[in-house]
Amino acid sequence: MPEIAVRQALKQGLEEALENDPRVFMMGEDIGEYGGAYAVTDGFLKKFGPERIKDTPISEQAFVGAGIGAAAAGLRPIVEFMSISFSLVAFDQIVNMAANLRYMSGGRISVPMVIRAPTGAGVQLAATHSHSFETWLAEVPGLKVVCPSNPYDALGLMRSAIKDDNLVFVAEPALLYGARGEVPDEYYEVEIGKANVVRSGTDITLVSYGYGMRSVNTAADVLQQRGVSAEVIDLRSLSPLDLDTVLGSIRKTNRAVVVDSARRKGGVMAELAADLQQLASEWLDGPIMRVGSEDVPWPYNRGLEQAALTDADDVLNAVAEGYGL
Amino acid sequence: MASRTKPREKSSSTDAKPAKNGKSVVSGRGNTGVNAATDYIELFRQMYLIREFELACGENYSKGLIRGFLHLYIGQEATGVGAISTLRADDYIVSHYRDHGHALARGLDVNRSMAELFGRATGLSKGKGGSMHLFDAAKGFMGGHAIVAGQLPLAAGLALAQQYQKTDALTMCFFGDGSTNQGVYHETLNLAAVWKLPVLFFLENNMYGMGSSIERVRAGGIDFYPGMATYGIPAAEVDGMDVLAVKEATEYAVDRIRKGDGPQFIEAKTFRFTGHSLADGQKYRGQEEVKKWEQRDPIATFPEKLIKMGLASSAKIEAVKAEVSKQIALAVKFAEDSPEPDISELFTDVFA
Repeated sequence: MPEIAVRQALKQGLEEALENDPRVFMMGEDIGEYGGAYAVTDGFLKKFGPERIKDTPISEQAFVGAGIGAAAAGLRPIVEFMSISFSLVAFDQIVNMAANLRYMSGGRISVPMVIRAPTGAGVQLAATHSHSFETWLAEVPGLKVVCPSNPYDALGLMRSAIKDDNLVFVAEPALLYGARGEVPDEYYEVEIGKANVVRSGTDITLVSYGYGMRSVNTAADVLQQRGVSAEVIDLRSLSPLDLDTVLGSIRKTNRAVVVDSARRKGGVMAELAADLQQLASEWLDGPIMRVGSEDVPWPYNRGLEQAALTDADDVLNAVAEGYGL
Repeated sequence: MASRTKPREKSSSTDAKPAKNGKSVVSGRGNTGVNAATDYIELFRQMYLIREFELACGENYSKGLIRGFLHLYIGQEATGVGAISTLRADDYIVSHYRDHGHALARGLDVNRSMAELFGRATGLSKGKGGSMHLFDAAKGFMGGHAIVAGQLPLAAGLALAQQYQKTDALTMCFFGDGSTNQGVYHETLNLAAVWKLPVLFFLENNMYGMGSSIERVRAGGIDFYPGMATYGIPAAEVDGMDVLAVKEATEYAVDRIRKGDGPQFIEAKTFRFTGHSLADGQKYRGQEEVKKWEQRDPIATFPEKLIKMGLASSAKIEAVKAEVSKQIALAVKFAEDSPEPDISELFTDVFA
């Protein structure tokens, strides 16, 4: 199998859709002439032309809303935020317009649209440019939210997202665009709403997604050296959330640590932990441990930022504290 | 107020319809052919339908059969009816939370519209949307939208699809003066102009955003259309109390959009005779001002004009009124007799 980077996997998914479906087009800031802030759409303008690769003004509300309108009219727009941090000014369109249209119209209007956005901290962009709003959006009924951690899932989820008749928000961990992995030549999709057991184990369940997978994978390696067998689960989809896969794992391991590279407070892991304590209490040998980044604005200084960001040590500490392993 | 259009695109003599002796070519008189008589009576019928519908809504709100917020279109009928009369079936309409008038002018089912306000299963959206969120996608009516100015980029997107699909269909987007102070107003005007989208921005300037008169909350006076020069969007002002003036000004703008000229902007000066919503005691404005506008009530002035022009008899007008009143009574009965939605409906339509 060829090994490619997440960036190329995303690009492949977008390119296929643009080639195969004339209803698919893209909009975003500097996705055309410039080639995209993270070079995912590099070369698209030349290949597909300005009608399908639309550079927008710096007007997130207007171009997200325009995407929603175009989707409501039967097209399949793919809209890019240069950063998920910039999605905040367009939340009214995402939350009030896109997520509600179908329900409020009694099912008469759908919004088959993909919004893509680089997400997360870790590259010293400070407080305004380091957000992880996928955790907020996962709470909104009517939206689907996915977050790949590797090239295989990036391509498979992008294919599913573009085919979906709902708005699917694809949060792309900014630190992982260069992460490489094997992707088969044969066509496949990754189902939205299905978590993936990326590593089988018997002693403890580690759950994360996106950039957080780096920390749990490293922690699992360290635990293995200590003779502790960790089962590692990549949620891949934040909404819908695949509780069953996590519950199945806990039945086997009786221990769980849930890990987010976004801030600890609120968010998907708080939701997951709350459900798990209700549904899995009879199997658990200890408390569900939560790990997340510090509840402070993201600092610029590298040392400060790294101190705030979740890492493998945080995961190992939680494993030790909760279960003495 | 004189009805007039004032296209403001600079250096566009071919675009502009210059005013003659201070009066615009849009006189509001229209033509006087036989077809015109039928068309004009239909315009009156629609305006009267809206008026009666709104009065019935107010009555049933007082009875507690309609809940939530209720914003009535009373006084603004000539604006919506005149504008929408120019559209084709393949055009889209996007509206704001004062949307009943636009929905009825577009021909949405009167019974199902009323049932939606009653929150019943037979409503346009099965009772899930209510007064501020009327939809009928099959008729190109893409909502009632209740976040002020939130509907503007949606309209731009519908127009973008029409442009992408290379049709000459267009999107008509209604919004009020209050929405012009939202940032997305500027964003959308600019985007539509840059991309030459087939969208008609239709400002219903009723002088008040809820309880705030424009003069209190907007720098630069009560006229918005001159500002469109900034975007290079041709703009006109029209008397929103004169249905024929609105129709004619809109026809002109619609024609230009279909020819590929990009977005157009119409500002209709109009007035709501009732409060912002049924909860409004109108402490912020004097009855004198309301009375002044009520003298120009299109429901009274338009039939007078038709009779004077020999296009309708008073018997014909009365017959139309009687027919509409009956239709509204039946709509209320339909809504009242309709079942509440089944609780299972709670979970449908969240996802496709």
